Amino acid sequence: MTALATTPSPAPATDEVRTVAVVSRKAPIAFAVVTALLALLLALQGREGNTNFRFSAEGDLVRIPDMAVPGMPLAWVSVVVLAVLTAVAFWLVRAARRIPTWLTLIFVLVAFVAFLAWAGAGSDRDFPVVRLIGGAVLLAVPIVFGALGGVIGERAGVVNIAIEAQLLAGAFSAAVAGSVTGSPWVGLVAAVVAGVLVALVLGLFTITHKVNQVIVGVVLNVLVLGITSFLYSQVLVPNAQLNETTRFSRISIPLLSDIPVVGPALFEQTIVVYLMYLTVPAVWFALYRTRWGLRVRAVGEHPKAADTVGIKVERTRYRALMIAGAVAGLGGAFYTVVSVSSFGKNMTAGAGFIALAAVIFGKWDPVRAALAALLFGFASNLEGALSVVGAPVPSQFMLMLPYVVTLLAVAGLVGRSRAPAADGEPYVKE
Amino acid sequence: MNAPDAGRDPHTDSPTSGLSRAAESVPVADEGTGAPAGAEGPGTTTTVPPVGRDDRWAEAFRRIASGSWGVSVGAVVLAVLAGSIMIAATDEAVQEAAGYFFARPTDMLGAIGAAVGNAYAALFRGAVWDFRADSFALAIRPLTTSLNYATPLIGAGLGVALAFRAGLFNIGGQGQILIAAAAAGWVGFGLDLPVVLHLVVAVAAGVAAGALWAGIAGLLRAYTGAHEVIVTIMLNYIAFYLLSWLLATPGLLQAPGSANPKTAPMKDTAVMPDLLGARYNLHLGFLLALAAVVLVWWILQRSRAGFMFRAVGENPHAARVAGIDVQRTTVSVMLVAGGLVGLAGTTQVLGTVTTGFGSDIDAGIGFDAITVALLGRSSPFGVLAAAILFGAFKAGGSVMQAAEGVPIEIVLVVQSLIVLFIAAPPLVRAVFRLPQPGPRRPRAPRRDRKAVSA
Repeated sequence: MTALATTPSPAPATDEVRTVAVVSRKAPIAFAVVTALLALLLALQGREGNTNFRFSAEGDLVRIPDMAVPGMPLAWVSVVVLAVLTAVAFWLVRAARRIPTWLTLIFVLVAFVAFLAWAGAGSDRDFPVVRLIGGAVLLAVPIVFGALGGVIGERAGVVNIAIEAQLLAGAFSAAVAGSVTGSPWVGLVAAVVAGVLVALVLGLFTITHKVNQVIVGVVLNVLVLGITSFLYSQVLVPNAQLNETTRFSRISIPLLSDIPVVGPALFEQTIVVYLMYLTVPAVWFALYRTRWGLRVRAVGEHPKAADTVGIKVERTRYRALMIAGAVAGLGGAFYTVVSVSSFGKNMTAGAGFIALAAVIFGKWDPVRAALAALLFGFASNLEGALSVVGAPVPSQFMLMLPYVVTLLAVAGLVGRSRAPAADGEPYVKE
Repeated sequence: MNAPDAGRDPHTDSPTSGLSRAAESVPVADEGTGAPAGAEGPGTTTTVPPVGRDDRWAEAFRRIASGSWGVSVGAVVLAVLAGSIMIAATDEAVQEAAGYFFARPTDMLGAIGAAVGNAYAALFRGAVWDFRADSFALAIRPLTTSLNYATPLIGAGLGVALAFRAGLFNIGGQGQILIAAAAAGWVGFGLDLPVVLHLVVAVAAGVAAGALWAGIAGLLRAYTGAHEVIVTIMLNYIAFYLLSWLLATPGLLQAPGSANPKTAPMKDTAVMPDLLGARYNLHLGFLLALAAVVLVWWILQRSRAGFMFRAVGENPHAARVAGIDVQRTTVSVMLVAGGLVGLAGTTQVLGTVTTGFGSDIDAGIGFDAITVALLGRSSPFGVLAAAILFGAFKAGGSVMQAAEGVPIEIVLVVQSLIVLFIAAPPLVRAVFRLPQPGPRRPRAPRRDRKAVSA
């Protein structure tokens, strides 16, 4: 599956230096499989009629007329585009070049269009495109924050399986603090504190006591689930006033929200969503363009070398872990001060594990991990939209879709993802 | 992994025994200090300095206290203590008495004692021995309930533990249980077969289905390099929705003539017989789980395949150099692990919930199994003990919730704290001022394996 191609280095230090590009044929093969499956679906289950896309709601400044496209032709055109993209991918691999991320992104997008066109054909209801995108972003918020927390921790060499625990702890403390003070901002801060506390426990056991990180992560998930559920039944249920937050209201950003389609979807959101837009590039910048980031990555890749040049390994890991906990905690606040206004038992329902998947799917890179989280959000949101137009697929299969997509993507696109070299290894100073 | 390593005790080469430098579990103490405490004279192989006759009880105590038993007991005590604090802090009578603590402190202490004492008494009554019962037969009933709760935990815990030993992290217990339950359930109510054969076929179908579902993860891991953590998590969700669809579609798993997403009851020929009569809910599944413990022990310690599993878990690169087909081994590990977890799903539908099941049949066992495997340090008999302990907690927890109104989630807290404390012996030793393990200490710190780094 993997081909080795040697090409002369463009910037040779000496004559012997050659770069070895490892090229995987898996991505084009995965593209081809998806294209073939979609073509098969269209050929076997043809549908008649138009697909309606609604791009704007009443009251928008710029109104784009709703579009009624003949469903099947659009789907077939998309499949042809997919085939072309697949061919490009094969050509890139033959030329021993990497397949850029944007190609994958376009492929995924076109594949979704093809599927939507097919599913919506003949329905008299229309696809609310704005709601589709906006809802996807909203669903992705806790996953993005969780994944960012995971990326920071793992870049410093601490496997963070406890994302779920941080989200849940964040949600719980945001609910309580937000209800007691009546201010969602206090809830947000409390969530950050809770996330940091969980991270501190994780650090105490994995960094100081050098316990296996996966064990501590799994156990912390259970512990936080137990504590929050216990306190919920024992304290919050009898005292309902402790579990009634005021939610953040939506804010439209003046100019940006007037952009057709994208504007109302992305820029009429709550402050937490805008925080997410800022956090993703901020984490990227911090990791790749600052001294702190260089140290964090050094500690995660080769702690001994980092120690040798005078970087305090344990301290760096603690700090990175606490920042990661703060970010993940923010994601937890989403549940109780943005999404709904009260805490429920186990209300994160495995989002932390999805975030973990996004970390690995995104190859430990903040931007890619966030994109992977968005893909989850989009695929989860699709189910609602498709049930509106009455798609000919049982709802359980639509709900299953994000997970199948991830499975295919992980097996096909990502392949042997490489963790930071010292990920999961406690550092023992000699 | 090299040959001399192979003979080492299971406890010391399980991936999870890298818990910490000092968590070297019981056998380590046996290696060096296996001789009776106070063994004297030349020829003693221990490096412990010779001890006088008078000191030998002190020395024996020191060894017990510094061994892992001391830590285990300390961990349980700490966890129970933490649970007590949570119970006491949220108890209404205690809160009331705290209001006038400085006036009459005994009131509050009494309230704490009552709240905590009653809760743990109810836990014990529900898990081990009902001291309020009239007869022996009734009093012993909670114990069989505990074993019944432990049954699926044993199978699933073994599945997770076996994968751990091969360096794989199987979070997919939930999915494997659901698929196994679907297969075993379909055979159980959908087919008409003679008495013994029906049960055998149903169990085989369940185990095979669990194995196949985990085998998908093994295949993807081995041949595409997809990380098994993601793959098994995704397979959990896929299995859940697949089962939901099967249960909601007439003609598949849904009970005929019903609109509920639930199967028909199992036919009598497919139901596992009760071991101790109808009065106790202990069924054949428990014996199957015990057999699985022995089987896994045999696989890991005595069979060629088990040697390959452990070799791959220790160091896949070295295993490949030694001529082991790592990819095939990965797939077969997941097949066996999935079969074991599948056994848990099978005993659930054929033994415990025989009146038809819904998509919640896994009841969190898949995730409990991870904790069980961790507590059992991935050794078969350790898993057995941990599963029985957790089964007792489950059985006792529901009685505690019913009798004292203490939410059953306190059990989750105590369970996870036990695992956490056992994983960090220095912490427990520090709290209880236990002596550090003997002078055998300075070992070369073994690098923790990256086996399950996610």
